[in-house]
Amino acid sequence: MSFSTKSIMPLTLENISYLAGHKKLLKNISCQFEAGNRYVILGPNGAGKSLLLRMCHGLIQPSEGQVRWHDTSRKDAAKYQAMVSQRTVMLRRSAYGNIDFALKARNIHKSARPDIIDRVIKRTGLGRVINEPARVLSLGEQQRLAIARAWALSPQVLFLDEPTASLDPPATHAIEELIQEISAEGTTVIMTSHDLGQSKRLATDAIFMFRGHLKEMAPAEQFFTQPTNDLAQAFINGELIWWQRRPDSDQAQATCTTLETEK
Amino acid sequence: MKQIHILKVTLVAWALIMTSTLSLAAADKDTIILASTTSTQNSGLFDHILPKFEEASGTKVNVVAVGTGAALKLARNGDADVLMVHHKKSEEQFVTDGYGVERFDLMHNDFVIIGPESDEANLSQMKSVTDALKAIVLSNKIFVSRGDDSGTHKREIELWQLANIAEDQKNTKWYREAGAGMGATLNVAIGMNAYTLTDRATWVSFKNKQSHKILFEGDPNLFNQYGIILVNPEKFPHIKAQAGQKFIDWMLSKQGQKAIASYKLEGQQLFTPDAISGDLSN
Amino acid sequence: MNDIWEALLKAVSLVLTLDTDLLEIVGLSLQLSLTAVGISLLIGLPLAALLALTKFPGRKILIVATNVFMGLPPVVVGLIVYVILSRSGPLGVLGLLFTPTAMVIAQVILVIPIVTAISRQVLEDYHQEYDELLTSLGVSKMRRISALLWDARFALTTAGLAGFGRAASEVGAVMIVGGNIDHLTRVMTTAIALESRKGDLVMALALGIVLITLALGINLAAYLITETAKRRYAA
Repeated sequence: MSFSTKSIMPLTLENISYLAGHKKLLKNISCQFEAGNRYVILGPNGAGKSLLLRMCHGLIQPSEGQVRWHDTSRKDAAKYQAMVSQRTVMLRRSAYGNIDFALKARNIHKSARPDIIDRVIKRTGLGRVINEPARVLSLGEQQRLAIARAWALSPQVLFLDEPTASLDPPATHAIEELIQEISAEGTTVIMTSHDLGQSKRLATDAIFMFRGHLKEMAPAEQFFTQPTNDLAQAFINGELIWWQRRPDSDQAQATCTTLETEK
Repeated sequence: MKQIHILKVTLVAWALIMTSTLSLAAADKDTIILASTTSTQNSGLFDHILPKFEEASGTKVNVVAVGTGAALKLARNGDADVLMVHHKKSEEQFVTDGYGVERFDLMHNDFVIIGPESDEANLSQMKSVTDALKAIVLSNKIFVSRGDDSGTHKREIELWQLANIAEDQKNTKWYREAGAGMGATLNVAIGMNAYTLTDRATWVSFKNKQSHKILFEGDPNLFNQYGIILVNPEKFPHIKAQAGQKFIDWMLSKQGQKAIASYKLEGQQLFTPDAISGDLSN
Repeated sequence: MNDIWEALLKAVSLVLTLDTDLLEIVGLSLQLSLTAVGISLLIGLPLAALLALTKFPGRKILIVATNVFMGLPPVVVGLIVYVILSRSGPLGVLGLLFTPTAMVIAQVILVIPIVTAISRQVLEDYHQEYDELLTSLGVSKMRRISALLWDARFALTTAGLAGFGRAASEVGAVMIVGGNIDHLTRVMTTAIALESRKGDLVMALALGIVLITLALGINLAAYLITETAKRRYAA
């Protein structure tokens, strides 16, 4: 494996905005992600969680502001990241072929690949279906394969977008265990979720978003017990917060943001 | 992995097919292109005589059969080595313009007018071809013209002039241009229950006659002369003059003329060789 | 009706007796059409990938052009190729007129737009699905194209098949540039045209039945391939 000892963390967002047409979907977000943590981005639908994740990973470019990796260009940093998206995309190949393709894309030599694949296959429990076409696997298996595919790349940062959104409890449990394991190897995890329970189980740090704003970013323990933002408070209490307040009149502070410079 | 193997085999096979096809292109030194008419091809004459020549000479003759007008045009572009068509005036013009070396009479047959058995225009009673054509106009029956600038078409136009039927009298009510070869035009005429002018050879060999038959024949104006010309190598250096001349010489020789005379269909001789005067029998 | 019945019997007997002329004509038809499709794929697939995956000035015009060229009248293509390959034309020195190569050239011109237009649509759909994954993995452009072509290989057989159909069933262009020369450039379609001109409708129909049967067989094979692919890869 071609490990580099150099760390691309921390990841810093500097006053990020994202425009789609005339609509501002991410608004002046600034924050920093430290190495080794498990960040869970929370918030109702349309808050901009996935957008933020995809922007960190480099799939979309900010309209304003900057995404900075430690001492590394965005392009170089991309080689140390991996992502598992909400709706897994499986290549029309075997499970093995899917992982092999990802390794090839990262220029891992042919001779090194079988061992890597073997290891992640074992750890994700996919040994039985390794030669099956990926697209005929069950949803749970596909999601595990997507994680195996990402894991094989030994990323410094793993992005997961609602990794258990369409899974039943046993499958969800399996995925959460894998995330814990990957994190235990030192990989920074940044994921989105709208499942409060899952967030409590997985997060070392929580981020709360609402209508394109980053409302609060805090260590998990603090966030889930005494959030400073009243919207976050409402969200944690399971209230239907999007009916309560217009974002324009919202004055709540997030811990590391510069807020409300709406145009 | 097995699938990849199959794919590779398929691709290799495909590559082989492609290379072999493209190598078919190589123009053979002993091959000439003969631009000729649909009437001679459709009658089956070439299938009868060309194997004899190819056996005797080792030269292969590739026949491209189009109308006389199109054949002349092909030859003027240098796309044929030898020309064998049936419109003397155009052929002589072709030679005069420097595209052909020399024109030789090769063989003849005759044109006939065919039509439905019922013959409502009464063609079979007519004394001359001009009377026959006038009868068609008067009867308001449909006449189908080749309309393709072929030798037969050129002759047909001349016959209408001879009969004093002006161009503007030919309206689509009764005069229909097929714009097609002889065989295709016969199919049209039969489909429309109409009259048309055809060379005898094509008609005799034609297999879809249905209730049509020859209704007028025998007028000297229906004489149909075929000529053969070598395309001028001074005009087009790529013309295979030697092989082309060999073919023309053979066609004009006793052997070739006999071969033409021996082509019979349903007991009828379809072409009369006329390059050599006198008896061919010895 | 009588003719059709007679033609059917004739077709069967031609096939059963392995009529040498028929075999030669069918063989040449297949050979030329497969060659034309092969060359068209070699040119059309990369072009389709380019159109599907990249943005460049003139891309939209090219897409519209391929769609328009799908309906090119074969006779016009034949004429254009004739004018170019004629001894008096710009490529006359090659001496390709009235050869199988000339026919392949005409067929390639007819097939490329079909192969390109269908492949572009397929590749665009696949790319839309794969784009984020491939970007996330940092897949280079060239590898992206080869991965898409590989994954879409079964869907792309449709493009090749449509192209083959066009090449094998076309008569206008190959008649003009091939000349319908016996034992050299006579293929199924030109033979059918010739037989119908000779008024031998039964023979023409019999050849037509053989051609249709061939087309059916090839389409059936392709259908089975894509169905198997669908089952195996959920493609």
